[in-house]
Amino acid sequence: MTISATIRSDATRRTADSWRRQTSLRRFYTALGIGLLLIAMCTAMWFADEANAGHFFDRLPHILDFLSWLVPKDWNDVWRALFDIASPHDKGSQEFNFPLGRVYLWGGFYLPEYFELMLTTLNVALVSTFIGFVFAVPFSFIAARNLTPSPVLRLVVKRFMELLRAFPEIVIAGLFAAILSTGPVAAIIAIGLHSIGALGKLFYEINENIDMRAEEGLRAVGANWFERVRFAGLPQVLPNFMSYALLRIEINVRISTIIGAVGGGGIGEELKLSISRGFGAKTLALVLLLFTTIFLVDQFSAWLRRKLVGEQAFMMGA
Amino acid sequence: MVAMTADEMQAIEERFPQVFRRPLYKRFGPLVLFAGILLYLIYALWFFSLPQVLRESHWERLPLFLTQWISYDLQPEFRLDQPQITPKYPRFSALGEDPHPDWVIANANGSYTVLIDDRAKSVTFDKAEATLVANGQAVPVSLTSGKPVITGPVPDWITAHDDEIVARMGFAGEVRITVDRVKVRKRFLGWANFVFDTRSPFFGKSPGEVVSLLMSGPQLKPGTSNIALAADNIWNNAQWQHGDVWTKLFQTIVMAFLGTLLGGIVAFPLAFLAARNITPSGLLSQVLKRFFDFMRSVDMLIWALFFTRAFGPGPLAGSAAIFFTEIGTLGKVYSEGLENIDDKPREGIQSTGANGLLVQRYGVLPEVIPVFISQTLYQWESNTRGATIIGAVGAGGIGLKLWEAMRTNSNWANVFYMVLLVLLVVFIFDNISNFLRRRLSRTIHDYNRIQAEQG
Repeated sequence: MTISATIRSDATRRTADSWRRQTSLRRFYTALGIGLLLIAMCTAMWFADEANAGHFFDRLPHILDFLSWLVPKDWNDVWRALFDIASPHDKGSQEFNFPLGRVYLWGGFYLPEYFELMLTTLNVALVSTFIGFVFAVPFSFIAARNLTPSPVLRLVVKRFMELLRAFPEIVIAGLFAAILSTGPVAAIIAIGLHSIGALGKLFYEINENIDMRAEEGLRAVGANWFERVRFAGLPQVLPNFMSYALLRIEINVRISTIIGAVGGGGIGEELKLSISRGFGAKTLALVLLLFTTIFLVDQFSAWLRRKLVGEQAFMMGA
Repeated sequence: MVAMTADEMQAIEERFPQVFRRPLYKRFGPLVLFAGILLYLIYALWFFSLPQVLRESHWERLPLFLTQWISYDLQPEFRLDQPQITPKYPRFSALGEDPHPDWVIANANGSYTVLIDDRAKSVTFDKAEATLVANGQAVPVSLTSGKPVITGPVPDWITAHDDEIVARMGFAGEVRITVDRVKVRKRFLGWANFVFDTRSPFFGKSPGEVVSLLMSGPQLKPGTSNIALAADNIWNNAQWQHGDVWTKLFQTIVMAFLGTLLGGIVAFPLAFLAARNITPSGLLSQVLKRFFDFMRSVDMLIWALFFTRAFGPGPLAGSAAIFFTEIGTLGKVYSEGLENIDDKPREGIQSTGANGLLVQRYGVLPEVIPVFISQTLYQWESNTRGATIIGAVGAGGIGLKLWEAMRTNSNWANVFYMVLLVLLVVFIFDNISNFLRRRLSRTIHDYNRIQAEQG
């Protein structure tokens, strides 16, 4: 370093030395941290590979074989599968029985099977987000430090929401599927309960950051707890609440597809069946529909969130 | 609230016209939104045919399932048509191969007494007559007339069918009596044989005996120390499958860790190329951003199903699915983080004549690294939870095991055991991630404060 050559005073040199020592120590720790992380990563990779049914390097050359079944003999079959139009390749097998799934609404007008399934999945996501929102709002006000004075009540509600958030959804879905003997409603309950916990946590963090002057004003005129929350809290936080609820819809569409695949009904189940049986055209149609829907939901929600709360909707921790 | 006069109200109204005379769409907007939601809910009610679902539901199963989470039952059966009455236990019963429980009592006169809830709820029977005791009543059942007959009034806890009499004794169990057999179900709180299964030589020994055997007992299996034998027995417990469950749990953790970390490593350089203010070309930025959107929009489920098919079921497929989704998610949040940076440090480094890489290293990285790590930790935490679910479609880990245990509707205690483990893991990882993120956000906070102080 050229600076050290020009250093004159002892004090400056000591400062420079100390800085250099600190830097080298910090570099050492960073290198150590990264090294440990890499070791952990390699061990984890080895472990995952060992535990898997097929091994990475054995299967790698066959990835393309696996993709080849996806390519349909006739690309038009993808559209036919999507819109339930009879295929000329139909020889009675399940692979090409597209018109069978038509859901007739009135007369000759039908909803293609996959759109119906997608609708189920979307409705599961929407209803469960609604359930989550309705319960999370009151819980979040009770859990907020600045609005609820009782620490015991706060703690109980917070722990309860934590439990709802961490409880594996498939267990609740499985439990209610056995009781209700139907998939989608069980999925709604499972995802709804999870949403209460997830939204509740985000909501009460917003509540704790509100401007308390409005609340003080209401308190001064003798408003009770409900009035304070309704007129001082809610107007401040509602745009943020809506923004998080929209984000939750995006997540819940994804979860509802997955829960569907393990017995919750909807498009997830069909996709799982189709992939496991190796139906190329059907799989592509389903993936296309699912991809487009999720993409549109994401874009629509992003647009709405930007209108509601501006760029803030995309800050960290979302 | 304090009452106001009409004049005061009007004065306030005139002072704040923007509050009281709002445009029509703003005034009726919430109402329309509310009506829309209501209509949608009515539609959803019809769509899921909720009334019918509720009518056909079996809510009586819920308490049954829930009690099975924390209890187990034993079902001895007594044949009355054999020369001598002897209790028979089902194979693989929790009592082991040669059970002599103290709640089954062989009386001196050849009859048997089974204590279901001590003496308060019990059944005593020989070949001619059985006596059911519960709720302070003793009900005699005669077995001699070809079918079981109750003489006298039938209390409401007993159901008399044509050829069978069922006595329900609440949580404690139930008794079913026909002319040729008596079946008892006795329920116990807790998990049966959680540590040692019935095949283990340590089975049925008290904790004190086990400890003394471990410390200084003779070798139960020659050539193996008792501690090694006990560990092996616990790990391979046939009923609870501790070894398998813990391995699968570890697989789930590994899936989330590996997927998130690899996703972060790949997304990191791509985010620099995608960030509007850093990218070398606007086209590249757009292409990469659409690529991130694509990776996110192809659901984790689709990736999981594809990789399960490609690599076979297991944690490799799960890791790969999380990895691919995470490239999209982390790529998006990283590039957004980069777009929000302060440009002044970069300009400062640039003015010293540093090359492009050095500008990024000293002008950008110090600012974004805490944010990046924090985001990655957040994703790691949420993926630990998500890895449980995608496991159920075959992507490995505890999810599949959980799902298999649940499908039979009979193994709820095992399900609960795994749920507790999952909750524990999620709880621990939430706290680690929260702790680290709080430390980091303090760093970010300090940085912002110093920035603010320096103007």
